[in-house]
Amino acid sequence: MERQSREYEDIPGTTVFDADQCRKGYGINMFCMSLLKAENREAFKKDEAGYLVPFKLTPEQTEAVLKRDWNGMLKQGGNIYFTAKLAATDGLSFQQVAAMMTGSTQQQYADMMLAGGRSPNGNRSKSEWANKNG
Amino acid sequence: MAKIVAGVWTSHVPAIGAALDLGKTAEPYWQRVFGGYEKSKEWIAKVKPDVCIVVFNDHATAFSVDIVPTFALGCAAEFAPADEGWGPRPVPVVKGHPELAAHIAQSVIQDDFDLTVVNKMEVDHGLTVPLSLMFGQPEEWPCQIIPVAVNVVLFPPPSGKRCFNLGAAIRKAVESYPEDLRVVIFGTGGMSHQISGPRAGLINSDFDRAFLESLATDPSKATNIRHIEYMREAGAEGIEMVMWLVARGALSNNVEEVHRFYTVPASNTAVGHLILEDRDSGPTSLAAE
Repeated sequence: MERQSREYEDIPGTTVFDADQCRKGYGINMFCMSLLKAENREAFKKDEAGYLVPFKLTPEQTEAVLKRDWNGMLKQGGNIYFTAKLAATDGLSFQQVAAMMTGSTQQQYADMMLAGGRSPNGNRSKSEWANKNG
Repeated sequence: MAKIVAGVWTSHVPAIGAALDLGKTAEPYWQRVFGGYEKSKEWIAKVKPDVCIVVFNDHATAFSVDIVPTFALGCAAEFAPADEGWGPRPVPVVKGHPELAAHIAQSVIQDDFDLTVVNKMEVDHGLTVPLSLMFGQPEEWPCQIIPVAVNVVLFPPPSGKRCFNLGAAIRKAVESYPEDLRVVIFGTGGMSHQISGPRAGLINSDFDRAFLESLATDPSKATNIRHIEYMREAGAEGIEMVMWLVARGALSNNVEEVHRFYTVPASNTAVGHLILEDRDSGPTSLAAE
C-alpha cells in the first residue's frame, strides 16, 4: 500500500526523518553510530568497503557512503545527526558538510550565514523552488 | 520544599562548545555570541541552584535508531560526557540527583506522562554546551543535574502542547519533594536552523524573536505552533524549539524577565537565550538576595 502524502513532503530541499526513513536507513545510521568509538573509526579508515559489509546496506546506500554523497545518504534513510559522525571521522566540521549539501563552497556558505542565513522567503514550498528553477 | 525558581533557555550549538574547548572565545565572531551570556553567568552565580533540570535532545549519541524514547528521564548518579566523533568534550562529569529524579518519575508517570527511565546515558553537546554557557569552565559543575531527553531527531517529536504540559507536571513533582531545593529548569536547542540537505542554512529571525516574546509574555502562542510550521519557517532542525516549551510549562504565569539575547549565526544556527524568574516563588529578584 502506498502511504498517504504528508504535509512536510512539500518542504523543498528537505528529507524529513520519519519512521519510514528510519527503517530504510537503519543500516546507514547504525554504521555511523559505530563511528563513535575511536577504534571503529580507525578500522573504517583502513578498509571502508569491508567495514560496511556487516551493516547490510543496499548497493545504493554503500555507494552513497563511499562517495560521501551527503544528500544521497539522507534520501536513503540516513539522518544528519548520524551522518555527522562520518563527517567527524573525515575531519570535517558540521559547517563544511552543510556547505557541501547546499552545493556551495565553504566560504560561500559561511558568508551566507554571516549575512543572516538563508531566508525562509522563497524556500517554504516545493512550488517556490520549481518556479525559481523553471 | 523544592521550588522551581527560574527558567533558562539557550541554543546548544556544538560549535559553541568547540570554540570554548579550543580557546577561541576571544575571537570577534565568538565574542558576539559569548558576550550575550556574561550577565547570565553572573545571575546564576548569585542564584546558586541546587539542581538544574536540563531539557535537551540526544543527537544520536546515547540513543541510536534501535530505541527512540520520546521523553527520557536521567535517574543515574552521574552522566559522562560523550565522544561524538571528535573525542569527548573536556568538561566535568555531570552529577545527577537520583532521589529527586526518582520522585519526578513517581509523580509525572502517574500524571499520565509515560517517561522512559534511564539509568545509563552519556550526554552530548545538547546538555553540556548550555552548562558551559551558564557556568563557564569549572573543575566541577556547581550543582546537580537531572537530564530530560526529548526526541526531536525522529519525526514526529511530541507536540508543543504536550511538552508544555509535561513541564507543568514536572513542576508539580518538584513542588511535592520534601527537601528544600532551589531548582532551575533549562530549555535548550534551536533556534531557527537547518543543517540537513540543500535547504541547509535557513534562518528566520522574525520567527525566533516572536517565539522568545511568546515565552516571555504569552506562552499559549508558542504552544500552538504546529510541527509543519516549525519546519517550514524555522528549518527542519528548528523543531528543537518544542523542548523550550517543557521548561516554560514548568514556570507559573507570574514570571519576570531577567535577560534576553539573540544573535545570528553560531556556525549554522541562530542563537537565542532567555532567562525568566518565577515570581510565585518569592517577590524579590533572586539574584538580588
